Amino acid sequence: MKYDVIMRIGVKLVLPFILLFAFYVHFHGDYGPGGGFQAGVMMAGMLILYAIVFGNDALNRVAPRSFVERCVPLGALLFASVGLIGPYFGYRYLDYAPLSTNSIHAREWGILLVELGVLITVAATMTSIYYAFTERGQS
Amino acid sequence: MEAYILMALLLLLTIVTIAIVFQRSLFAVVILAGIYSFLMATAMIVLDAVDVAMTEAAVGAGVATVFFLASLHLTRAREYPRPRAVWLPLFVAGVVGAALIGGTYDLPLFGSAASPIHQHIAPHYLNESMGETGVPNVVTAVLADYRSIDTLGETTVIFTAGIGIMVLLRGRRRRRGEDKDDVDPGARET
Repeated sequence: MKYDVIMRIGVKLVLPFILLFAFYVHFHGDYGPGGGFQAGVMMAGMLILYAIVFGNDALNRVAPRSFVERCVPLGALLFASVGLIGPYFGYRYLDYAPLSTNSIHAREWGILLVELGVLITVAATMTSIYYAFTERGQS
Repeated sequence: MEAYILMALLLLLTIVTIAIVFQRSLFAVVILAGIYSFLMATAMIVLDAVDVAMTEAAVGAGVATVFFLASLHLTRAREYPRPRAVWLPLFVAGVVGAALIGGTYDLPLFGSAASPIHQHIAPHYLNESMGETGVPNVVTAVLADYRSIDTLGETTVIFTAGIGIMVLLRGRRRRRGEDKDDVDPGARET
């Protein structure tokens, strides 16, 4: 598909909006449908669409395979370490209360951070599964 | 009106499922599975479960379809011929199906407010979550606040699945005759 002009230009036009929508779904998760998981899948979908049209080498320049694979545990670790803030200040595990003096703000921050962890793990897992499938037997 | 839309969607789901069973080309099966997921997502929207619908559309219809196509790239795109004996599998499938249909008679009626799930903790979430957490979307409040340890577990499951696939598919594809080279790389020179 490397030489299909309509495909290349169309996808290039669409990609930033997919990314923007993914961020919208993530940061708007408290108010509307969606959250870190859905946003992560959309982000991975954007990267996979890019790879399908422009090839894996182009994706490797944008999101190198080693970096993506390191992000898989990073998200889960971020989630687990946000939970540790609670016990450090004498609250229970995954209690968001110490993040801010205002309890609503603390929850808002805690939920955003935790969902960011979900987003990183989901997006990285989906992208590295794509890498694993398409680059098998080529190295 | 809603019930009729739902019935039409479920009818289409049945048709797609039957088409998947009788289809031999795996490429067509993958596309039909994507259609199945989109129909399912639409049914979820009709049932007002927008969060689930979004996940179904993104994962089931989007990413999963790409993964299936990518795995077809590694395997053959055509199903192997059907085995001769179909009676035993048919019998097992019939018994399991009958047991499942029998089980639905013990379930509470669809949408019934008196069902056990609406008596326990769900009313508390629906009524109190706005005051307790300040998060307007109840689904997010339950996922990331009330049940955040469960969500941590789910993230760990995704992480484990990703690591498993990476370990399984890592490395060169080994062809016949190459095994000897792998054991002793210097043997080729002699």
